Amino acid sequence: MRRLEPAAIGAVMYRDFVIFVRYWKSRTFSSIVEPTIYLLAFGFGFGALVAKVNGIDYLEFVATGVVATAVLFSSVFSGMFDTFIKRKYQLTYDALLAAPIDPAEVVTGEVTSISLKGAVYCMAPLLVAICFGLEPSGWIVVVPLIGFVTAFGFASFGVTMAAVVPSIDTFNYIISGVITPLFLVAGTFFPISALPDWAGVASQLNPLYHCVQLVRHAVFDDWGLVDVWNFAALALFAVAMWGLAVWRLRLRLVD
Amino acid sequence: MCTVKDLTPREPAILLRGVRKSFGDIVAVDGLDLEVPEGICLGLLGPNGAGKSTTMRMLTAQAVADEGEIRVLGFELPRESKLARARMGVTPQQDNLDIDLTARQNLEVFARLYRIPRRDRAAAVQRALAMARLTERGDSRVEELSGGMRRRLLIARGLIHRPQLVLLDEPTVGLDPQVRQELWTVIDGLRGAGITVLMSTHYIEEAERLADTVAIMAEGRIVAQGRPSELVREHAGAQTLEVYGPPARLDEVQRSAVAAGFRTRRSGPAVAIVGADGSNGALPADGERRAANLEDVFVLLTGEEVE
Repeated sequence: MRRLEPAAIGAVMYRDFVIFVRYWKSRTFSSIVEPTIYLLAFGFGFGALVAKVNGIDYLEFVATGVVATAVLFSSVFSGMFDTFIKRKYQLTYDALLAAPIDPAEVVTGEVTSISLKGAVYCMAPLLVAICFGLEPSGWIVVVPLIGFVTAFGFASFGVTMAAVVPSIDTFNYIISGVITPLFLVAGTFFPISALPDWAGVASQLNPLYHCVQLVRHAVFDDWGLVDVWNFAALALFAVAMWGLAVWRLRLRLVD
Repeated sequence: MCTVKDLTPREPAILLRGVRKSFGDIVAVDGLDLEVPEGICLGLLGPNGAGKSTTMRMLTAQAVADEGEIRVLGFELPRESKLARARMGVTPQQDNLDIDLTARQNLEVFARLYRIPRRDRAAAVQRALAMARLTERGDSRVEELSGGMRRRLLIARGLIHRPQLVLLDEPTVGLDPQVRQELWTVIDGLRGAGITVLMSTHYIEEAERLADTVAIMAEGRIVAQGRPSELVREHAGAQTLEVYGPPARLDEVQRSAVAAGFRTRRSGPAVAIVGADGSNGALPADGERRAANLEDVFVLLTGEEVE
């Protein structure tokens, strides 16, 4: 009775797909333009001051970091805002739950859709960087998988927040208090080693840090045993957040 | 979705027994007993706040009862609710169509949710569009449709999989009379097709016209149930006497009628004396006699005035 039925999940994803077909052009535009601006600004701005970070060209360091931020922002904001609007204003979930679908399937469908988009669009910064001269290893093909798992966790986190908050303004606390620190202390624009020791410890608890590490190690073929831990941490984060999202959304939608 | 679970002869389509549900200190449903036999249209009539919507939500397990037993199409809720939901269609009180999608896309999502096999989906969507009389508007975004069109689409969305049971929660609330008439035709057609319908409403005329059986709900429980004509006979007698006049006169008429053991109610500029069958010295000689109606019963049993 509690199992996840592909047909139910598929119905939710079909809805998301129909919406996506309508706005894929604008999504693609921003996914290309944003990393281009980052690379121009940071690459040429800081790049003039910093030539290499940990043996990597600063521009390439930033390009791989931007993969993670692209995944983070697209997944967590979709999870938060889209879910909140559908739950509170459009009553989409009330409509769904009167049909044979359970909250766990709703969450799985929504989060999988977001993650698939994350998996595709996280390649955009790398493609831009290739135009700027990046020469990636063949391992670049696993980047979408890393993006998918990361997006799955952050989208689930977003859904959880959408289920918990009383009003859309509350998101300000989450964005400033949680998302921004996660994004800055992940080794995206500067290495963690530049920060005090406690930040290094804290970064181990930051899923985005593990994502950045995996992306860099894939792009520069610099794998190590630590990447087993990096991937395990991301997967654990994704599963735990999914469980949390299912729990909180069910509490919110079922009286 | 055509597999029908065999119901034992005595198993009604919907059965609620001793159901209670509160939200904090507010008791919404308070010991509700209700049976809806297969193939009828039952009108759940009650004033706003009587617990009708909470009852409806419990039948889809979108609210879980604190106490009591609920069975829908032979399935025990909330444990087996998904199986029950697959065989029923729901039209909610609040419009929750997907405004980002077209009419057709809305139906396509639900065709999938109701597990209509791929090869039958297009036909089912087309049939539902025809039922909503939106065949020409299938590719319009929901935002572009009128209130009446949206409500028809909302009903058709819950019928796309040919359900055995349909729940209609205040299907015509807030619509203008002409649109309401249209929807009544649609709802009457369901009953004609042998589908069991449970319809909540606070419009007496709606219940009177569409329902085989009316259950009057007040303060979270059923206070009377029966065919509309039986309810009228049982609770309001044959005739009601309506006396018009200035307020002072109405007060006086009402006082003496109550003293003589009649039940009365005030409606606007008149006082209605219920059960004024035959002549009786205690009743005023003037006034107009009319056949007792369901509104009399409703007001007497719920203590609510009619909108």
